[in-house]
Amino acid sequence: MELLSNLGDGFFIALTWQNLGLALLGCFLGTIMGALPGLGPSNGVAILIPLAFTLGLGATPSLILLTSVYYGAMYGGRISSILLGIPGDEPAMMTVLDGYPMAKKGLAGEALSLSGIASFIGAFLATWGLILLAPQLVKIALLFGPAEYFALFALAFMTLGGVSSTNQAKSAFAAALGLGLATIGVDTQTGVPRFTFGEVHLYDGLDFLVAIVGLFALSEVFIFLETRHGGSDAAGRNMQIGKLYPPMSMLKQCTPTMLRTSVLGFIAGVLPGAGASLGSFISYSMEKRLVDKEGTFGTGDPRGVAAPEAGNNAAAGGALVPMLALGVPGSGTTAVLLAVLLSLNITPGPLLFTQNPDVVWGLIAALFIANFMLLALNIPMVGLFTRVLMVPSRILMPIVAMVSFVGIYGISGSTFDLLVMIGFGVLGWVLRKFDVPLVPIILGTLLGNAMENNLRRAVTIDNGNWFTLFDSPLALTLWVIAIIGFVLPLIVGARVKSGMHARRDEEGAISD
Amino acid sequence: MSDRIFGVVGMLLAIGYALAAFAIEESFLSDAVGPKAFPLIIATILGLSSAVIVLRPDAEPTWPALGRLVEIVAAVVVLILYAEMLPVAGFIIATAFAAAYLAWRLGSSALEAVAVGIGTSIGIYVIFHLVLGLSLARGPFGF
Repeated sequence: MELLSNLGDGFFIALTWQNLGLALLGCFLGTIMGALPGLGPSNGVAILIPLAFTLGLGATPSLILLTSVYYGAMYGGRISSILLGIPGDEPAMMTVLDGYPMAKKGLAGEALSLSGIASFIGAFLATWGLILLAPQLVKIALLFGPAEYFALFALAFMTLGGVSSTNQAKSAFAAALGLGLATIGVDTQTGVPRFTFGEVHLYDGLDFLVAIVGLFALSEVFIFLETRHGGSDAAGRNMQIGKLYPPMSMLKQCTPTMLRTSVLGFIAGVLPGAGASLGSFISYSMEKRLVDKEGTFGTGDPRGVAAPEAGNNAAAGGALVPMLALGVPGSGTTAVLLAVLLSLNITPGPLLFTQNPDVVWGLIAALFIANFMLLALNIPMVGLFTRVLMVPSRILMPIVAMVSFVGIYGISGSTFDLLVMIGFGVLGWVLRKFDVPLVPIILGTLLGNAMENNLRRAVTIDNGNWFTLFDSPLALTLWVIAIIGFVLPLIVGARVKSGMHARRDEEGAISD
Repeated sequence: MSDRIFGVVGMLLAIGYALAAFAIEESFLSDAVGPKAFPLIIATILGLSSAVIVLRPDAEPTWPALGRLVEIVAAVVVLILYAEMLPVAGFIIATAFAAAYLAWRLGSSALEAVAVGIGTSIGIYVIFHLVLGLSLARGPFGF
């Protein structure tokens, strides 16, 4: 009952003209970003953060705008997967397998509308999952002391390595690099400057927004310059959509698939370190094993379109659970959303639910509304977005670069930050060449200070006894999960990961 | 080979970071842990993971040909110039040049590049400055 009244309050907050307008804008922009190869959910949200600030939005409206972009990108990715056979963003890579063959058979409209419905069901059920699960997780999180939080952060970094990269050493390297960057600046506890080398600009530390926009958005521009991929993938292709409504028999055939993969995707999303890409991957794999008796998967089976789409949208909702309830994001895009919250001086985690219930429930209500908007945008109006695919990247990429600069300059107004951003862009390009995942770096810069503070608080409380970190059953449990999460992929993960990475979106290869 | 070089650079970075951490001046008022401990833990992880990368390198990444590499370096130089010129030349002029350059290098014809440059610059100015009220760099002409 309390839940429903909270939700009612949430709708009361979300149903203002401003918030509805922002949700619509976010859904629209998100779908475009998802559809365009080269722009995905994480860099799409990243370049819009400054926009949210410059509009002078509060916490709830900013989050509504940006999570709508996030949900929208999950819908949009399927458009180019189906029509062009090129995933629009990484989570949509599995949709190519059956969506593109369906389009070649002349069933593009059916595939688009079916995947739109699957996306809706996945996102809708996941939002309910978020409502039910997040408060339970908050109850556990309220028992956490500093030692448990330190273990939780360690868990996040260690499990992230399991899925975000094919090489554990490289994700450990990325996490350490991010944490190291976070230590730059004046130490919050004793006030001594660290790693500033006398540069006054560094006393406040590096702004993580600068790092995010540089790593995610600017490095993309360099990738395009490197491959000189200036054309539009859609150029000269026949993009006939045809009928926009799937036959009832097809829907009926796919309903069990959609329900199953929504649940599976949601669970995959909640798990630390796993994002929407993993959600769509395991959804497709499970359905293939479960229902593909005649071997039609991969040749244009509608269930092969519904499964990954329901899976990735459900995972997107699931990934919001740890971000909101624990303050520990599990995927690239939720890390970017965490950056937004931190910049607005709101600390996610259990206290968010008690101190800022308006933010949480307003956001959840907005997610429901956005989901209906996305259904409307993505089925009857999908033709609008297919036109966007015609924009060649030689025009798109300069705009992305310039908007990144404007955004960062708009926040700080300093040339120094722009130079740091260019530095991060180059760093991002080099690291992507080496297949070093970028998400742990972002997570490190975001969580570094909180992680260190919790460590120091825990040890100080216990008079300098470092074993206090492993002292409580709760902390021990977290450490055990962390170690399993780190070791297990070394043993069994190689197969799953090579399957996932074989189909990587080459241009937008930022794990989510 | 690339991975091995990368790992060695990472180990040097870890050593440099550790040395810088030892050089942190502790204040007389400090908690039980102090400002050095956490950076030293990170330096250890950085060093160990780099060592593993050196010992077990992945397959060679595909490096671009020299020409493409020059292309990226040139773009970086242009972007640095853009950042430095922004307060001097003003937003519209600097952005038009930078966007036109990027469009040209991504394969636009000269005419299209100029159009993209001017269009991007004015478009952003109108949306972000005139409509949304974001303060952009002012040049000698006030825009």
